Amino acid sequence: MNINLTLIGQSITFFVFVAFCWKYVWPALISVMEEREQKIAAGLEAAERADKDLELAQKKATEQLREAKEQAAAIVEQANKRATQLIDEAKEQAVAEADRVKAAAEAEVEQMTNRAKEELRGKVAALALAGASQVLQANIDEAANAELVNKLAAEL
Amino acid sequence: MASEAQTSTSYIQHHLQNMTYGKLPAGYERVDAEGKIHVLEHDTWTLAHSSQEAADMGFMALHLDTLGWSIFLGALFCFFFARVAKKATVGKPTGVQSFVELVVSFVDNTVKDIFHHKNRMIAPMGLTIFCWVFLMNLMDLVPIDWLPLAAAKISGDDHLFFKVVPTTDPNATLGMAISVFVLMVFFSIKQKGLVGFIKELTLHPFHSGKWFVDIFLIPINFILETVSLIAKPISLGLRLFGNLYAGEMIFILIALMFSAGLFLGIFGGVLQWGWAVFHILVITLQAFVFMVLTTVYMAMAHDHGDEH
Repeated sequence: MNINLTLIGQSITFFVFVAFCWKYVWPALISVMEEREQKIAAGLEAAERADKDLELAQKKATEQLREAKEQAAAIVEQANKRATQLIDEAKEQAVAEADRVKAAAEAEVEQMTNRAKEELRGKVAALALAGASQVLQANIDEAANAELVNKLAAEL
Repeated sequence: MASEAQTSTSYIQHHLQNMTYGKLPAGYERVDAEGKIHVLEHDTWTLAHSSQEAADMGFMALHLDTLGWSIFLGALFCFFFARVAKKATVGKPTGVQSFVELVVSFVDNTVKDIFHHKNRMIAPMGLTIFCWVFLMNLMDLVPIDWLPLAAAKISGDDHLFFKVVPTTDPNATLGMAISVFVLMVFFSIKQKGLVGFIKELTLHPFHSGKWFVDIFLIPINFILETVSLIAKPISLGLRLFGNLYAGEMIFILIALMFSAGLFLGIFGGVLQWGWAVFHILVITLQAFVFMVLTTVYMAMAHDHGDEH
């Protein structure tokens, strides 16, 4: 319990240890801790940025997907339209063709009818002439009679 | 009973005496174990064999145990922390490193809360004080007879004085307090200049602004401020010493029970355990208080007297 030189010894020891800690212990530890703090801060920031990027990318992806779907729908719709159009066109063409064929057939029929009528008319004239000549049993001027018979035939 | 009281008293006294190495003057009469008297012919540097001899050595003496343990523990702290600091990596801290960083950041935050000036020395000093004082206090938890008995066995001297807790020696605590005081004065003068420091001592707390009044106030201020300045290191040192000395004393008193029969011995064991558990709080708290007060004093030394 006596106060003696130990007092001075302890004071000097105190300064020695404080100086040692100040020079060799503290700066090393603090610098390491600060560096880690910065690293963590940077890491957190990067993570946040990555999160944002991810969100952005997802948004973009959804947008693109939506656009693609829209485009696909538009294409399908167009294709459908085109298909109906093609069908319509084909139908029209078929109808037109049918009409044309029918018209041609009708024309031919008429032509044949006419021809048959002509033939019939000629034959009727000849038949009438032959009939008349037989009825009269006489030589009649064939030329004068032919004119008369033709006039008759034209009236048929 | 008288002889038992005698041994109890000597047991306590033995535990409260430091291993003192000092100078005994020429002509000093030494009493050895058999009661014979030797008269010293020259001034002699030697180990004190009794409390009386230690007291007679006066100021020219060293407490080898106090200095030895405090230097050993301080060196342990420095070695341990320096090793960790050297190996410290920025990556994920593991085991010892995370523990050390925990302590460092705790001290750093505490100091930053109190001390707002630019001085890179204060925080490391706080760390040194906290860890060193804590380790010195921690020696109090080692059962009080173990180390002295081991030292007596190793040295072969049954009467060797050996106190293992440096902070129960007022020399140690006041020695540190004096260092703190020196730093206080140093930083005060460095920050405010010698004139500023003297002004702080003489123009506080009473100040009128008129010179003929101040003339009478200056001596009063000087006395008040000097007392408050001196009181800081003394209270700092004595607080730590008082707490640890009282704790040590109780451990010694409890230890007395071990020689008083089985029942009292077991009871003493329980008491020692209880007191040790409570003491864990005390030693940590006192180390923390020493660090905080040192930081506060340093902050006061750096503060310019702008209050008025």
